[in-house]
Amino acid sequence: MELPEEKISYLQLIKNGIFKENTIFRLVISLCPSIAVTNSIRNGFLLGVAVLFVQTMVNTTVGLLRHFIHPRIRIPIFMLIISGWVSVVDMLMAAYAREAYKEIGLYIQIIVAFASILARAEMFASKHRVDYSFFDGLGSGLGFLIALVIISFFRELLGRGTLLGYPIVHAKPLLIMVMPTGGFLVVGLLMGFFNWIDIRFYGGKGAGGAGGH
Amino acid sequence: MSSEFTKLFELFIAASIINNFVFTRFLGLCIFFGVSKKMETAVGMSITFTSVMVIAAALSWLAFHYVMVPLEVTFLKIVIFIGIVAAFVQASDTIMRKVSPGLYYKLGVYLALISTNCIIIAVPLINAGENYNFLESLSFGLGSGIGFAIALVLMASIREKLELADVPRPFRGMPIAWITTALIALAFTGFSGIITL
Repeated sequence: MELPEEKISYLQLIKNGIFKENTIFRLVISLCPSIAVTNSIRNGFLLGVAVLFVQTMVNTTVGLLRHFIHPRIRIPIFMLIISGWVSVVDMLMAAYAREAYKEIGLYIQIIVAFASILARAEMFASKHRVDYSFFDGLGSGLGFLIALVIISFFRELLGRGTLLGYPIVHAKPLLIMVMPTGGFLVVGLLMGFFNWIDIRFYGGKGAGGAGGH
Repeated sequence: MSSEFTKLFELFIAASIINNFVFTRFLGLCIFFGVSKKMETAVGMSITFTSVMVIAAALSWLAFHYVMVPLEVTFLKIVIFIGIVAAFVQASDTIMRKVSPGLYYKLGVYLALISTNCIIIAVPLINAGENYNFLESLSFGLGSGIGFAIALVLMASIREKLELADVPRPFRGMPIAWITTALIALAFTGFSGIITL
């Protein structure tokens, strides 16, 4: 991680969040919703947007306030900031996306316990300028959103034969994919696939071996 | 009286097995994958988690019904519940270190991890949302804790064996753990419908 004085390009920050430090596939944290809400693209997308918003706002807030927060009590303060923004999203979703909220409401509230958001605030936003923090939050939120959409794409296509509610495949769908089991299976296979790409083409060691919280 | 007891028992079974948090509601996965590598850590985490869960459910129920409802600030429930859990975890960490260093040495590590567990915040939220009474909240909390413990111990015993298996290289570590979980979850769907609440 660079020092605050150094110049970092905004694009670099966003790319970092999407590829190198993708929350779900590379860092393997904040996994709970990656299965819970990904049985349809709409739900996956909405939760992704919620996380994107919370992550960006939390990073910006922490970036703005970083000189005023005493390091000893920084974690409770971060939690307070996070839960404030989560409440905002929770109420917005309850007001404007009623149908989806019935299904994913609980998971929106759970964003407050996401390790990834606290981790970005602690590791990046508390040490960097506010504009860098903003773009870091944007990148890591986008990475999360993209991961959710990829997972829900496969699950909806295979499990229901539809995409965004429109019928695509007319064969009998694999019911297992929309069940809890399918979520674990798809994430496991995708992770294995990305590791395979990493090993095969980039000579990496493959991520996810360590695991985390 | 007996029907009340049956209700509590049903809640307990439903929370621990039928709607197991890990396998059917997908909460607490971060910790689930993080500490299920060894049986010893899994057992330690299970004990710590279950006790914290029950107490957190009780505390947040009291706060919700005696403070937040009278003051009409229930819209702040997310902020307050996470505050209660974090404060309780921090407090028990400090108390345990002073009162029983032996226990702290064994279980202290897990305490710090608990506040990032989604289940611990989900249970108070569900309790408030479903309007459970005090005893129901307690048995729901206990059921969730035991359910998480069952999941952890099951997974740890499998993963200890997995270490010795010849897994294809891209699938080593996390991916194979996820696929194993998928198979356990498939088995758990067999429980669905035993008790309908």
